[in-house]
Amino acid sequence: MAIRLERQETVPPLGLIAAPLLALLFTLVVGAVMFVLLGHDPLRAFTIYFIEPLTDPWTLQELVVKACPLLLIGIGLSFCYRANRWNIGAEGQYVVGALFGSWLALATHGTDAGPWVLPAMLVLACIGGALWGLIPAFLRVRFGCSEILTSLMLVYVAQLGLDYLVRGPWKDPAGFNFPQSVTFDAVAVVPLLMEEGRMHAGILIALVAVAAATFVLGRTLIGYSIELGGSAPRAAAFAGFDERRVTYGVFAVSGALAGLAGIIEVAGPIGQMQPSISPGYGFTAIIAAMLGRLHPVGVLVASFVLALTYIGGEAAQISMRMPFDVTRVFQGTLLISILAADVLVRYRIRRVEGASHA
Amino acid sequence: MRKILSLAAALAAGLVLAGGVGTQAQAQEKLKVGFVYIGPVGDFGWTYQHDQGRKAIEKEFGDKVETTYVENVPEGPDAERVIEQLARAGNKLIFTTSFGYMEPTLKVAKRHPKVMFEHATGYKRDKNVSTYNSKFHEGRYILGQIAAKTSKTGTIGYIASFPIPEVISGINSLMLGAQSVNPDAKVKIVWVNSWFDPAKEADAAKALIDQGADVISQHTDSPAAMQAAEARGVKAFGQASDMIAFGPKAQLTSIVDNWSPYYIKRVKDVLDGTWTSTDTWAGMGDGEVVMAPYTNMPDDVKAMAEATEAKIKSGELNPFKGPIYNQDGKLVVKEGEVLPNGDILSMNWYVKGIDDKVPGK
Repeated sequence: MAIRLERQETVPPLGLIAAPLLALLFTLVVGAVMFVLLGHDPLRAFTIYFIEPLTDPWTLQELVVKACPLLLIGIGLSFCYRANRWNIGAEGQYVVGALFGSWLALATHGTDAGPWVLPAMLVLACIGGALWGLIPAFLRVRFGCSEILTSLMLVYVAQLGLDYLVRGPWKDPAGFNFPQSVTFDAVAVVPLLMEEGRMHAGILIALVAVAAATFVLGRTLIGYSIELGGSAPRAAAFAGFDERRVTYGVFAVSGALAGLAGIIEVAGPIGQMQPSISPGYGFTAIIAAMLGRLHPVGVLVASFVLALTYIGGEAAQISMRMPFDVTRVFQGTLLISILAADVLVRYRIRRVEGASHA
Repeated sequence: MRKILSLAAALAAGLVLAGGVGTQAQAQEKLKVGFVYIGPVGDFGWTYQHDQGRKAIEKEFGDKVETTYVENVPEGPDAERVIEQLARAGNKLIFTTSFGYMEPTLKVAKRHPKVMFEHATGYKRDKNVSTYNSKFHEGRYILGQIAAKTSKTGTIGYIASFPIPEVISGINSLMLGAQSVNPDAKVKIVWVNSWFDPAKEADAAKALIDQGADVISQHTDSPAAMQAAEARGVKAFGQASDMIAFGPKAQLTSIVDNWSPYYIKRVKDVLDGTWTSTDTWAGMGDGEVVMAPYTNMPDDVKAMAEATEAKIKSGELNPFKGPIYNQDGKLVVKEGEVLPNGDILSMNWYVKGIDDKVPGK
């Protein structure tokens, strides 16, 4: 006997809305049991986790700061995943984008360069990220290499390259040999949107990306060819869509957006080059893309939900002295229930008697 | 009349502000102290010891303080948010315990001029930001002496994290200690580019043992190297905390970071209202660098280690006392002189006898 997942012909719209809510309810029950067992007040924990971050203008801005890179990268990944191209290496494209952009910031440091520096940095970062993303695309098209492996392995190459530069040529000469660059000049920094807080102009770029991606994926022939190539490659080939061009295209877009996220983070909240510029945004964004059902607006919502669980988790550590691992278990429970509920609503579980494995 | 008026105005202002001030007044009854950690409190190394310091504060001041911490905080924008969150949660004294928290700490400190910050291992300060560190290299001189006496192969393995001055000066100090006993002592260095990566640390230890090192020293935070040494039957030094439980037969001694005296002193300063921004670099004499019991070594080696320890504590012996030559054979510190603290804190050169190159140089 085997169990098989079958796609439902029609999914009731109510189910699509109810699924995440049920998942949330399930998480709250599991979380409540866990918190009670550990001696924490579950109601207080939930308030700190989900409500308090939304009531304070400062944490609201922090949500935006945390969600911004996830959103940009997640949109790019949606292009890839819709086309059935599994780019796991957004983290590396993020780093290379940041490197390309930072090069200009450091090259113009201390000179009287004009306000063109930041836009040029953003463009360079897109180019850098796209080039890094095109490597696994090329290897797949040319040699049939699994892009999952090559894109992932290129993450480590990029990180070590960053490490080399920050500890070597890009080191701040006045920094006692510590691995950091100089802090960027004002013209090379992403401007803040408000006087108080850290919300920066990067979110505007991300929102433009959401709108553009929604249009391209939903309303254009390019979007259609991506979608069709992913779900029915043979049909796409008969329809005259070039599979190779789609592969290059989605990797270039995905890489460029990841690179953009990288430079916005470095020229924004960080303000200088240092050995660690990402707490794994490139990987977390995979979750954002999946949670958002590969739709740019969905990714937007998912990025904020993810950001909320991070910030809520930190708040729970601070005000309830909850251990880090417990906050992460809770976050993991939430994510896995949402994804599971999503699958269960769109698919039917069917027992197959004596079925042979295909 | 004027006086009364202004008094009334002040009162009114006080009343208006009372809503906001009320919570602050409560916070002042209990001093809230926050900590930001780079690793998990259970790393049995760097973060573990800082957390011991936090517990010492609670023990010392009891009801007068309330401490909290956030662990596993990555260096970067997340650190700034966590520090800000701690400041907003009413913590009046915040310890940020990793080098990469330097810029985030300074940024948050600018926004919260009434909160006092303590940044470990950094070099930038502000009116409300102090820095503190320990002279770990003093302990490493003793390790060098013990290693040179204990090693049969004459080769000491060294697992290093990042080529920053603190680590470089530690390697140099160990080598100078070793040379004071055996002028031909050798040190083999492996860089793991991480403070805390048990798998890499264990691999590095095994590689060093395979290359003939029979005493392993580390400047990384986990007990993985100690466990590897125990399994392979060689000797090792612990780091940051006493790791004897992980190497009952392997551990010779361990350099224990004892932050408690400093943490207690700083909390007391805040409670007394005497806190000012300072730069503290305390060592063995101040009880901040402590040697774990000398174990698994002959009595004469133990006696030598104890004698050296006493001399460093009293200030009679400075590991960086001349003559010291660099790798090119150039005299850097003249006979009878000592290397100034500033030069130790920015060290990026090896002493003579180290057969390696400073990375990135």
